Amino acid sequence: MELSGSEIIIQFLKDEGVKHIFGYPGGAVLHIYDALQKQTDVEHILVRHEQGASHAADGYARATGKPCVCLVTSGPGATNAITGIATAYMDSIPLVVITGQVPSHVIGQDAFQEVDAVGISRPCVKHNFLVKDLSKLAETLKKAFYVATTGRPGPVVVDIPKDITAPHIKIPYEYPAKVEMRSYNPNFKGHPRQIKRAVELMLGAKRPMVYTGGGVIMDDASQELRDFVHKLGFPITQTLMGLGAFPGTDPQFIGMLGMHGTYEANMAMHECDVLICIGARFDDRITGVTSKFCPYAQIIHVDIDPASISKTINADIPIVGGAKQVLTEMLKQLEKTEVQVDQAALESWWNTIKSWQSQDSFAYAKKDGVIQPQEAVEELYKVTKGDAYITSDVGQHQMYAAQFYPFDEPRRWINSGGLGTMGFGLPAAMGIKLAFPDKDVACVTGEGSIQMCIQELSTCLQYGLHVKIINLNNRYLGMVRQWQEFFYEKRYSHVYMDSLPDFVKLAEAYGHVGIRVDDPNDLHDAMVEAFKLKDRTVFLDIITDQEANVYPMISAGKAHNEMDISPLQQAKQALLKSKGELV
Amino acid sequence: MRHIISLLVENEAGALSRISGLFSARGYNIESLTVATTEDQTLSRMTIITTGSDRIIEQITKQLNKLVDVVKLQDITEGNFIEREMMFVKVKAEGDTQRGEVKRLSDIFRARIIDVTDTTFCIELTGSGSKLDAYIKSMHENNIVEVVRSGSMGILRGEKALTL
Repeated sequence: MELSGSEIIIQFLKDEGVKHIFGYPGGAVLHIYDALQKQTDVEHILVRHEQGASHAADGYARATGKPCVCLVTSGPGATNAITGIATAYMDSIPLVVITGQVPSHVIGQDAFQEVDAVGISRPCVKHNFLVKDLSKLAETLKKAFYVATTGRPGPVVVDIPKDITAPHIKIPYEYPAKVEMRSYNPNFKGHPRQIKRAVELMLGAKRPMVYTGGGVIMDDASQELRDFVHKLGFPITQTLMGLGAFPGTDPQFIGMLGMHGTYEANMAMHECDVLICIGARFDDRITGVTSKFCPYAQIIHVDIDPASISKTINADIPIVGGAKQVLTEMLKQLEKTEVQVDQAALESWWNTIKSWQSQDSFAYAKKDGVIQPQEAVEELYKVTKGDAYITSDVGQHQMYAAQFYPFDEPRRWINSGGLGTMGFGLPAAMGIKLAFPDKDVACVTGEGSIQMCIQELSTCLQYGLHVKIINLNNRYLGMVRQWQEFFYEKRYSHVYMDSLPDFVKLAEAYGHVGIRVDDPNDLHDAMVEAFKLKDRTVFLDIITDQEANVYPMISAGKAHNEMDISPLQQAKQALLKSKGELV
Repeated sequence: MRHIISLLVENEAGALSRISGLFSARGYNIESLTVATTEDQTLSRMTIITTGSDRIIEQITKQLNKLVDVVKLQDITEGNFIEREMMFVKVKAEGDTQRGEVKRLSDIFRARIIDVTDTTFCIELTGSGSKLDAYIKSMHENNIVEVVRSGSMGILRGEKALTL
């Protein structure tokens, strides 16, 4: 079959099984859009800004586990997409981003809408390509998918000059079912002897702790993780990126760890004697100050990326391998061995953990007439029965969502963990809704974040992507304000949003439903109403307590056992102390 | 510690910027970097001289290995290796005394004079970095017009080799 470059791109996407792409047309991709228009197999979603395209593709990829594609034009199209590409890179999400480029013969001449897309994206992609030869186009696209989805996944940019896609130049096309790259071999299998050593170490533990991250979700190893943790009876904590791999409502789950994790998870990290880390990377929001990190623990670290091992925290038993394969092997070895877990020690360890849990570190005080952001998320959980796909933006609302919406399934909690990108939530929710039209998809956001990609409300209308926006509106850039309260003596510098739009009218202007709630008594009904409107996008503008803070918190330079707890808990502890019940 | 990292990379546009970009993005030191194609035109051989603690060097090699364009990598300082660097020095050479002195000094260092004018010599010298340093030091500072150094290249002694 003889095809033009544009037709090759579309035919390749079909052959690769791609059903949806997100994009925005422009001069350099006109030929591709013409080819796109002549077929119906690949559905194109027109976003309103290229950042929206890369976030939407990202949300789609995170929820489905499949690579997703976006298509943007050269110059500003490419630079606008960069934030979304960097977001995907930090969280290891498989994206293939096709950027148009000016024609080959004017590259380097500062042509209209020319930017060095390969150069600009280089530090935030797993790999990128500039297609210089039409005969290499299909192979390059295949390489892009191969690199994006294997090993530690990540975004790949394919920059295609306009002349490569010209409609009148046709060449024979055959789908390249397989590609080989001598310089890229992502197949790491956990070394059996290392796994054996790890199993021996964990079985000898008195105070074991399992700590897992997004790697378990990316490798679809949730079931293996559940079997592993249930078999051993160990406590487990998960990172912000790992939530849902192990059920959030399971008694063995002791909450998220890190800066805004539970008191019990962080204390258990500090006191444990064996730490089993699977698919997490000891990020600075997790470890606190590294010199005081897990001072008593021997550390087992399983990761697909060798460079993640011993990067910030030294691993005693490093295992380079995918979570699924290593967990399967560990389970096999646990079946075979006659060594048993020290049940007496484990029981005593659980008793210690339970005493920490009794602190109830997420507890907050409700107030008459003022909605607490936490109760809004709790209400969301109740109304959606814990079964929705939840995206978030970045800030206090993100932490509240992670703290108060326990996820029982993987790929339900979709947020920008590594890069911390405000503006991620709404387009990501669109991507998920496109993949799962029958599921409830909600974006928990704030009045600061939502305005960074609010134009995508228009895309929601065009394609019937009826997501629910849960806007925790405190009229402040809440997390920044919290830091200014704690560390800058309440000097609130440029965090007050004093000329906010009327979000209800704004939603209506975009053709959606807007509902404002400012009384805790109305919260339940408003939430029910929002989710009852199945075929409408609903913007729920929830006016919340202006100076609520996220607790507990590990401040900069502090260790896991040096958390700041909420004023409510401080009062509770003081009371217990005065009664002599707390020593 | 100083390390010499030898790399085989795909001879493709952008490969060099991926590698130099990695060093600047992650704040690693780079003392010198040399690159040229090998007998196989699809491959370039690169020698990077870097310094850092064991942990940093481990990260550098892991991060380099992660780059899709890097085919193979070796820290040759872990073995028995040979290191050489090449230098051109243009020096003032005016009058018999000065010309004679530069010539004598160059002979001591086994350097070669490869270009001569009425007022200058151009000298070629190969050796370890410290030998080149010593040669420059032995020259009168005011006499040096121009120095061009290639950066070090390295190779393992014996039968071991960095090949596909």
